[in-house]
Amino acid sequence: MSTRLATGGRLIDRGAPRRFTFNGKALRGFQGDTLASALLAGDQMLVGRSFKYHRPRGIVASGAEEPNALVNLGLSDRFEPNQRVTTTELFEGLTATSQNHWPSLDFDIGAINTHLSRFLPAGFYYKMFIHPRSFWKHVYEPVIRKSAGLGQAPSERDADRYEHLHARFDLVVVGGGIAGLQAARIAAEGGQSILLMEQTAHWGGRAPVDGDEIDGQPAQAWIDATIAALEAMPNVTLRLRCMGAGVYDHGYLLAYERLADHQPQADMPRHRLWRIRAGRIVTATGAIERPLSFAGNDIPGVMLASAVRDFIVNYAVSPGDRVVVVTNNDDAYRTALAVKRAGLDVPCIIDARPAGGGALMEQARQQGIRVETGKGIAAVQGGKRVTGITLCQQAGEGAVIDSIDCDVVAMSGGWSPVVHLWSHCGGKLTWDDPRACFIPDPNRPPTGADGSAFVASAGAASGALTAAEALADAARAIDPTKSASAAQAAPSDEAPLMPVWIMPHGAGAKLRAKMWLDFQNDVKVSDVQLAAQEGYESVEHAKRYTTLGMATDQGKLSNINGLAVLSGALAAPIPQVGTTTFRPPYTPISMGAIAGEARGEIFQPLRRSPMHQWHAENHAHWEPVGHWRRPYCYRRPGESIEGAVSREVNATRDSLGLLDASTLGKILVKGPDAGRFVDMMYTNMMSNLAPGKCRYGLMCSENGFLMDDGVVARIDDDTWLCHTTTGGAEHVHAHMEEFLQTEWWDWKVYTANLTEQYAQIAVVGPKARAVLERLGGMDLSKDSLPFMHWTEGTLAGLPVRVFRISFSGELSFEIAVPAGHGRALWDRLLEAGAEFNVTPYGTEALHIMRAEKGFIMIGDETDGTVIPQDLNLNWAISKKKDDFIGKRAHQRSHMQDPTRWKLVGLETLDGSVLPDGAYATASGTNANGQKHTQGRVTSTYHSPTLGHGIAMGLVLNGPDRMGEVLDFPRTDGTIVQARITDPVFFDKDGAKQNV
Amino acid sequence: MSDPVTPLNGASFQGFVTVTETAPQGMITLRGDLAAAALRDAVLAVAGADLPDMGRIVINGSRGCAWMSPDEALLLLPRADVPDALAQLATALEGSHHLAVDVSDARAMFRLEGAGLRDVLAKLTPADVSPAGLAPFTLRRSRLAQVAAAFWLTDQQAAHVICFRSVAQYVFDLLSTSARKGSEPELFDS
Repeated sequence: MSTRLATGGRLIDRGAPRRFTFNGKALRGFQGDTLASALLAGDQMLVGRSFKYHRPRGIVASGAEEPNALVNLGLSDRFEPNQRVTTTELFEGLTATSQNHWPSLDFDIGAINTHLSRFLPAGFYYKMFIHPRSFWKHVYEPVIRKSAGLGQAPSERDADRYEHLHARFDLVVVGGGIAGLQAARIAAEGGQSILLMEQTAHWGGRAPVDGDEIDGQPAQAWIDATIAALEAMPNVTLRLRCMGAGVYDHGYLLAYERLADHQPQADMPRHRLWRIRAGRIVTATGAIERPLSFAGNDIPGVMLASAVRDFIVNYAVSPGDRVVVVTNNDDAYRTALAVKRAGLDVPCIIDARPAGGGALMEQARQQGIRVETGKGIAAVQGGKRVTGITLCQQAGEGAVIDSIDCDVVAMSGGWSPVVHLWSHCGGKLTWDDPRACFIPDPNRPPTGADGSAFVASAGAASGALTAAEALADAARAIDPTKSASAAQAAPSDEAPLMPVWIMPHGAGAKLRAKMWLDFQNDVKVSDVQLAAQEGYESVEHAKRYTTLGMATDQGKLSNINGLAVLSGALAAPIPQVGTTTFRPPYTPISMGAIAGEARGEIFQPLRRSPMHQWHAENHAHWEPVGHWRRPYCYRRPGESIEGAVSREVNATRDSLGLLDASTLGKILVKGPDAGRFVDMMYTNMMSNLAPGKCRYGLMCSENGFLMDDGVVARIDDDTWLCHTTTGGAEHVHAHMEEFLQTEWWDWKVYTANLTEQYAQIAVVGPKARAVLERLGGMDLSKDSLPFMHWTEGTLAGLPVRVFRISFSGELSFEIAVPAGHGRALWDRLLEAGAEFNVTPYGTEALHIMRAEKGFIMIGDETDGTVIPQDLNLNWAISKKKDDFIGKRAHQRSHMQDPTRWKLVGLETLDGSVLPDGAYATASGTNANGQKHTQGRVTSTYHSPTLGHGIAMGLVLNGPDRMGEVLDFPRTDGTIVQARITDPVFFDKDGAKQNV
Repeated sequence: MSDPVTPLNGASFQGFVTVTETAPQGMITLRGDLAAAALRDAVLAVAGADLPDMGRIVINGSRGCAWMSPDEALLLLPRADVPDALAQLATALEGSHHLAVDVSDARAMFRLEGAGLRDVLAKLTPADVSPAGLAPFTLRRSRLAQVAAAFWLTDQQAAHVICFRSVAQYVFDLLSTSARKGSEPELFDS
């Protein structure tokens, strides 16, 4: 069993016990424990089930590379799946549950898959579930989805908050082990700004566990002194619990700081995503120990040798009383010695190398440990827990020589530098034969805009695995001239590693089918070999076929072993097979951190008009228009949406309506060439508009498509005010500026977007003039302010500009007032309009009233493929002008095609409302067997004024087919018939607006 | 005439930095040839300050002037003085191509006070807000989270933020959220 040792534990505080639960079982740990060490201290080795075969899974590693020990962490609004116990710091009240099993962790029905494993090889799903084709969607996928997946999805809204932080540093050092400290310390002397980050809660990395000595003192003393020195330097920023997540172009680096994971009740952001611009990045990201591939290497109790050492030294946790060490390198001997020091038993060190190791092996032998060289593990005994191993010759086929009882197998297949960050932005790797690992190739680094390297690796991340090498390499990464004066460690006398990819070397099919490469996704040596046999020669293809390295750990343990097996199967050297692509993030980061502050009220910017508050207080049913929220209608208590819309239309047509039109774009265009410019921007002539007058205009894109429309007012000799649609304001302004800055840079024109300077209120209906007269201050009689004129003055004591324009067919004034007075004017109008049953109306009433008058709406009648001619707007296309944007495009044959669908009105025979977007069918079918079409609905409403459905649509030869009846199929298969009419349904002569 | 109202009626938030919507501010956008003597003289007369260098703002009492782009300046002045100032500019610049327009109501303004104001800004803007990158009276036109904004420091403990009026609430909420106590990143020692 695994248990807490009586003494020791450099990171735990035995005076500070912490209670937690795992699957409802109450357990205890100490402050400083990880959830992994606390679970092991409570003899909870079994922590989960694997993905495919539901095999029992125990803790394998002690850090970010852990593939197995993923749990559901927290409850309700703090619930999060797939949390690694090895990187979760213990806190009081932590709750964790295991994943991927049913009904319980100890008894899992899905584990039957493990007995079916010979029927579930690599590619099984691809081969099996492809036939018959339709079964995938309806039969296979739903069933597989139910049995797949690791953690559960959270069901409640995340209780925590998150944030981003933008920062710039001359140098960022990722990794706070001794190499990172060395690099930061040397660089800091130069005065540049430096960020040093470490993903765990402690500085120094493995050095204190491994017993390294630096500058003649224990590593911990040097680490403490170096941190103290760095803390005292104003140019250095230090961050623990901060992981380098990704490196991108231009020195952009994302870092993930976990502020409150270990103190979830603290009133602070849980995670902070650092968005860093770094002059230079040093990746001192260390190395990850590789498992060995022997039969049964996935049984709980088989752990990385370094992890066994970490748990003993850092947390005083014994993973088991009897630890067999199996290795191909000297480093694992340190684990054997640590186990011994802790008073536990090492029945055997199995060293695959025929000649064994160096000084550390001698030390082990002196301690009386049995060392078997040239041997390997034939198989691990045990089910949910290791009970022993059988010994064999490494060079053989696995004939059992001996069997040894044990609780733990500590394995080491060598170390792989963490090259992820180096690789993210194009850094290349090279194969290091002596150490059997990929290392960053210093001659092919990630390069910046100037072609020079902006990332360097340091320490174990470069393949410099011993303390002495790592310190020297880190010094070299910063300043080769300083290496002599920098901190140093004594070189260690270690024998070379021997690459071991399969144990034993000649293992037969039966053993190979029990050798796990990817513990989380259940990929075995046999699966990769099968993939190779089936022709998956590319490592990327083999990865996807077998799912090797595709689990949440992204193959941190399995990658190199897997491609080495692939290379063996393909009889190609490892460097030729290559690696799969390293992609950010290094380990998964929270969705919350990505969103940052953008949640709840500030998920998106909400644009509010000066009258927004009034709308909100008066039951506005909102419609998003761009980032604005506009009232769709004002829904009185008990009123339906349709009822509210009808009431608003009727009240406006009968008496008086008010519309908040503040969101309309208002762009001022001024200068000696402004007339020429607006003539180019609009299809119609604007330069000849007299000051004081307004004109409706159309704007096309270069391709001739109708882009925006609105009323243009001539302010004075060289000034025009261009109104745009609500959604078009920014785009139209940018469109104008683009042409002024690129095409007509020598024209004397300035523009200014005044959209937000003015609140604008449409005062609409037969009583519109009357209510304005009540406000007083201006003569707005028909003679003083005729239709399509504007004037300035004072209404109710407020400075206003009044435009006599109408989008509803009613007598109508649009009143612009500085936004700071917008609410005041709105309130005055409501007071003065009370006697006229003044009725604020929303966008739907606006749409209906314009449709009743046959006015087009950008975005309804247009969709980016419609030209003004389609909408019978030829009257607004100047024939006198030499040019305007879109004119050339209108000459294209397709634009001139007489069969382009054209705008008409549509009235259903039964008075119902046509479905929006419905197509009118024609006789015959096309090559796909679909009915031919001859038109479509662009806008459709129930007209409260007329009491029946009205619509506009684009129809083949429509204007020539007045009175014809078209068939519009509904989605339910029935057909509604509609007659082609004039699009102007109401007050064709305009009598109502011309009063 | 009633007084104009600011979008948030002077809302305030007290965090590790204090965020306050400031009183109505007169603002004029002036576009023209910034090198022309007539324009520079007119700016001095209206804004009480010389047109500053690229990326800078000058404040002189209740007036000031900011460089916005190679052909645009922002003049700050008491709101009540805007109509006269526009008339003055029209006279002074008559015959020379320019645009001068009142934008006082198009904007919202906030004041940030406290030693951590650079930290608050750094959470929201990609611009360099370090002491070296954002010295007092450097005007930075950038964005705060998802919207455009401009900001400048008057000293190490006080800054102004300008945004569009329609997003005043959004920007206030952004600044307040970022200034919440307990979330100090302590990136800048000011």
